[in-house]
Amino acid sequence: MNETSSFDYDSSRRGLLALDELREVLRYRNLFYQFVRRDIVTRYKRSVLGVAWTMLNPLGMMLVLTIAFSQIFRFNTPNYPAYVLSGLLVWNFFAQTTTMSMTTLVWGGGLFKRIYMPRSIFALSSMGTGLVNLVLALVPMLLIMLVTGTPIRWTFLFLPVPILFLVMFALGVGLMLSTVAVYFPDVSEMYQIILTAWMYLTPIIYPATMLPERLRFWLEWFNPMYRIVQLFRLPLYDGRLPTWAEFWPTMILSLAFCVTGWMVFTRKSDEFAYRL
Amino acid sequence: MIRDVIRLENVSVRYRVPQENYTTFKEYIIRLAQRKVQHHDFWALHEVSLSIRQGEVFGLVGRNGAGKSTLLKLVARVLRPTTGRVRVAGRVAPLLEIGAGFHPDLTGRENIYLNAAILGLTRAEVDALLPEIVEFSELGDFIEAPLRTYSSGMTARLGFSVATATCPDILIVDEILGVGDEAFQRKCYERINQFQRQGTTILFVSHDSRAVESMCTRAAWLDRGRLMGIGSASEVIARYQESQFTPHPVI
Repeated sequence: MNETSSFDYDSSRRGLLALDELREVLRYRNLFYQFVRRDIVTRYKRSVLGVAWTMLNPLGMMLVLTIAFSQIFRFNTPNYPAYVLSGLLVWNFFAQTTTMSMTTLVWGGGLFKRIYMPRSIFALSSMGTGLVNLVLALVPMLLIMLVTGTPIRWTFLFLPVPILFLVMFALGVGLMLSTVAVYFPDVSEMYQIILTAWMYLTPIIYPATMLPERLRFWLEWFNPMYRIVQLFRLPLYDGRLPTWAEFWPTMILSLAFCVTGWMVFTRKSDEFAYRL
Repeated sequence: MIRDVIRLENVSVRYRVPQENYTTFKEYIIRLAQRKVQHHDFWALHEVSLSIRQGEVFGLVGRNGAGKSTLLKLVARVLRPTTGRVRVAGRVAPLLEIGAGFHPDLTGRENIYLNAAILGLTRAEVDALLPEIVEFSELGDFIEAPLRTYSSGMTARLGFSVATATCPDILIVDEILGVGDEAFQRKCYERINQFQRQGTTILFVSHDSRAVESMCTRAAWLDRGRLMGIGSASEVIARYQESQFTPHPVI
């Protein structure tokens, strides 16, 4: 009998970690589905309004921001509620999924220390849960567009593309944060402060044109969320497709973050179980 | 031909424990800047070599912190050895601690699907196994009730039923059989015996030497990460117990 082939697992045999993890994720796709299902179902079971909160939450925030900003700061943005809500959907997805990637891994009861599972499944299922919530939140989004008289155009069908970039970017960031958070759990506290600052550096509640030219240049190239939010708004709020110049930098940035996050995470993930 | 299904060669596991506990990132950065980060090494396992053959019921004995759980983690491929080589043949199913991976707000049925997915089963597999899991757990109508309404014994029954729904190649039992009532415990042991007859290798860890002696064919004794003895269960346990009564030399 061939000795080497009789064992299925050999700790000394290591392929490309990034690819191994991908293969394991495919094998554990049922776990991905079950984790997403658990997160959605338990949220719905816990409260009377259930999934409705997924829609009411951004609506409420939109209402507050609309009252505050259109009355006090008087932005000259047409259909401000639709503008701010479209930005909020993107931002909420990003803030929630990246935070959840970290917390489910670090405070998930140490499940991955007891039984083998691909560790990236926590970040991936966070993205899955976020995606379900985002799609649900598009319902009140369209509603607000109707109410405020923002024309809904066929360019709406382009939305999956900016959403894909958003998911890729958030996954990359979530994986990098998770890697650090395993060693230093207080990173997640720090991250909440960073998120607040980050949100104000992204044109969500104010129009991008309000920013000084110099600052705008910096944000365009060093804050990927800037471009992602813009790319999401174009087909929805502005009702047009992006130009190539608006499109490619977002694609490159998201892809770069996604791949880097995946590499960093898979390189380190074997050490996670060593952290007591 | 009886072949080895688990083989450890010169396996060591080292945990790096920071000298002082840096739990916050801020603190770590400050210390790093001051060049004061120091680790001390803790060897949970030290140069352990052993082989376990197919169909064996293999026991691990030793005091707390002897490295038993670390060894199990290596076999379950949760942990990669720091040095040495671990090889495992076939599907490993660990019996999880009670409630690990369960969600209190989900029903028993939903938790079966969740837990089975954690064990690496596909949806179709769970669909097929569901009736048998429900029956074995003896939960009846409670299967549709949320898990938080369960007693600890009921949760244990559900956990055991899911974990043992498919016959694994290697079953890891880490002292969790002490729960549930006596009748159910008997059922658990019966199922384990049945697995063994089908060729499953069982790794059994317990503080209870008598349980190891009665269940296992062979055993290994670990002390402070070192393999102190390996052989027939009764022989190893006799030596282990003997050592318990003679005081350890202070290192």
